[in-house]
Amino acid sequence: MNAIEAVDVSKLYRRYARKRQFATLKSALVSGSLIRDLRPDETFLALKNVSFTVPRGTTYGIVGRNGSGKSTMLKCVAGITKPTSGRVIVNGRISALIELGAGFHPEISGRENVFINGIMLGLSKREVSRRFDEIVEFAELSDFIDAPVKTYSSGMYMRLGFAVAIHVDPDVLLVDEVLAVGDEGFTHKCLDKFAEFRRRGKTILIVTHSLPLVERFCDEALWIDAGEARASGDPRRVIGAYVTDVGQSEEASLAAGDARAKAHAATAAAAGDPGDPAAEPLNTAGATPADMFRSTEGRWGSREIEVTDVALLDVDDQPRHVFQGGDPVTVRLSARAAERMTDFVFGVAIFNADGVCCYGTNTWLEELGSREFVGEGEVRFVIDSLDLTEGTYKIDVAVHNRDGYPYDYHRLLHTFRVKSRTKDVGIYRPKHRWEFSPSVRMGAADRREPL
Amino acid sequence: MLRNLTALPRYRALIQSLVVRELKARYRGSVLGFFWSFANPLLLLLIYSFVFTVVLPGTRPAETEPYALFMFCGILPWTWFSASLSEASNVLIAGGNLIKKVLFPAEVLPIVTVLANMVHFFLGLPILAAFLIYYRVPLNVGELLWFPVVVFTQLLLTLSLALIVSSLTVHFRDLKDLLSNLLTFWFFATPIIYPMTMVPGLGKRLMDLNPFTHLAVSYQEILFYDGPFGHWKWLLALLAASVLLFLFGYFVFDRLRDSFAEEV
Repeated sequence: MNAIEAVDVSKLYRRYARKRQFATLKSALVSGSLIRDLRPDETFLALKNVSFTVPRGTTYGIVGRNGSGKSTMLKCVAGITKPTSGRVIVNGRISALIELGAGFHPEISGRENVFINGIMLGLSKREVSRRFDEIVEFAELSDFIDAPVKTYSSGMYMRLGFAVAIHVDPDVLLVDEVLAVGDEGFTHKCLDKFAEFRRRGKTILIVTHSLPLVERFCDEALWIDAGEARASGDPRRVIGAYVTDVGQSEEASLAAGDARAKAHAATAAAAGDPGDPAAEPLNTAGATPADMFRSTEGRWGSREIEVTDVALLDVDDQPRHVFQGGDPVTVRLSARAAERMTDFVFGVAIFNADGVCCYGTNTWLEELGSREFVGEGEVRFVIDSLDLTEGTYKIDVAVHNRDGYPYDYHRLLHTFRVKSRTKDVGIYRPKHRWEFSPSVRMGAADRREPL
Repeated sequence: MLRNLTALPRYRALIQSLVVRELKARYRGSVLGFFWSFANPLLLLLIYSFVFTVVLPGTRPAETEPYALFMFCGILPWTWFSASLSEASNVLIAGGNLIKKVLFPAEVLPIVTVLANMVHFFLGLPILAAFLIYYRVPLNVGELLWFPVVVFTQLLLTLSLALIVSSLTVHFRDLKDLLSNLLTFWFFATPIIYPMTMVPGLGKRLMDLNPFTHLAVSYQEILFYDGPFGHWKWLLALLAASVLLFLFGYFVFDRLRDSFAEEV
């Protein structure tokens, strides 16, 4: 027996042209365009033939990016909007946690609002009275229940809304990203309530951005992207696919950002007088990477040796922008010297999003003396294990002479991202492990992950 | 549409509690509280009485004496009617949160508006009764039996118009302003502050097209004038028309229902 059956659900939203917003009945009548104006100028397909079934007693999660159509799907299931085509069948009483306390009237007391809200959600007056104490206790509002709701804090308001909705005792509970409300304690209480629902064989449909919640709670999951169902089934697999896709689009946007930064630097360099190294103040402080601490991004140098390309390569030598912490990474510099050069130093530095230099080095500091370079060449800076914490980083590369005279500096032009399953903090993750004496016993964590 | 219409009685408890909430919330925080339900029509009555008996005396026929009572018979139901419609024009937009976020039968909102104003109308009736007793107007029990029929007819008519107005305003926001002007015009086109007998031939025929004319005349004949209730044919015709209008109003509302969640 299925609790929810959605078959080929499509939802077409109408978008009206700008003039439509100012159109009034009068002008519609005057210009005789009443009917025409009611026709949409543009349509937007929020859902495209999405189908899924939720068997009774299971917990089902819907994930997806902002604006992907998750909430529209939920509203179709709740019956708040009707699908343009396709159908949704729900067996049993629904309670939708879409906006908590949506029916509250600010002027009247919490007590009266509980009754009205309960009735709105489908309870009879007697049923509300029977559950009243439980609701108030759950919302932790015993002291304030007779005060007008307008005097409540937003947390109190949400708690009361949640308490009423959850005590409707639905067969099917729809939850739309509402667990962000309330403090830690209340969130746990809500989760416990969900768990109790599951035990009692109720069906729950959750729309959320919290992947740990879906992984831990849901029996099945659906990933909606741009209105289309991309994957469904086992939550781990669905989330895996979703995370990979998010990574790829991050990769794409970082690559686009990089390209923009490079283009910008190129035009900036072209605007300055080329071939005149004095256009940039020279750093004569010596062969230190001091220049790298200039905060402005850009590219400068005399280009006697030019870094024509910078790429971060993964283990398969493929250029990437997103890496897992601990991955091997190679920074590849493609360089060109128009004439034979004998005095050159290659440098690399990594900065985090706060502009802190996580690491910087160059060939001179590592006591590699330059002999000769002419024509095309490649320099690889090989990192066996990228031991950085999660975050976005910039990489700087430079080639200069031993005195710091810049041939080619790339400052804050190359961005990459490190992802990590461990949410540790700081800028550097030393290789490490934990050891315990026998009296300290540890096992697999049973932790409540942040939602 | 019919399926939705037959489901309406299921929302009795909801409508009832919302009407109570509406009444409670309206006067919450005001010093006089429910007294305002009496005070509003009373003040209106005072103003009109002053204007027509002190400022502009002498043009009224003798049949409208006592004038205050005559006018009260029309103003009280008119207040119910006009307040319901002007509030209904905003009720779906104001209740947008419910329509967008909760599975909620939207027609409940205009219905609650009309019913809450009906309660105010009922609260005004004791004042009317006090006036009737004060002026020793002879009341005929047979005529008074028609009173619930008039009220029911007005309820149906108001509900129909409220359904239409509330659903159309979602798409045409300026209907609200249009309506407030229309209601002023309507008030003067209805025999409330003057008797129907003062209206000349052509005007009378035009005014017969105004449904509220028949309600006002019915109230006046039942409560104010002596003699048998002669307007009953018109009233029953209006009742029949109101039933049809209600079905039409509900049809319009039902057709536009799906657009509410996106438009409000």
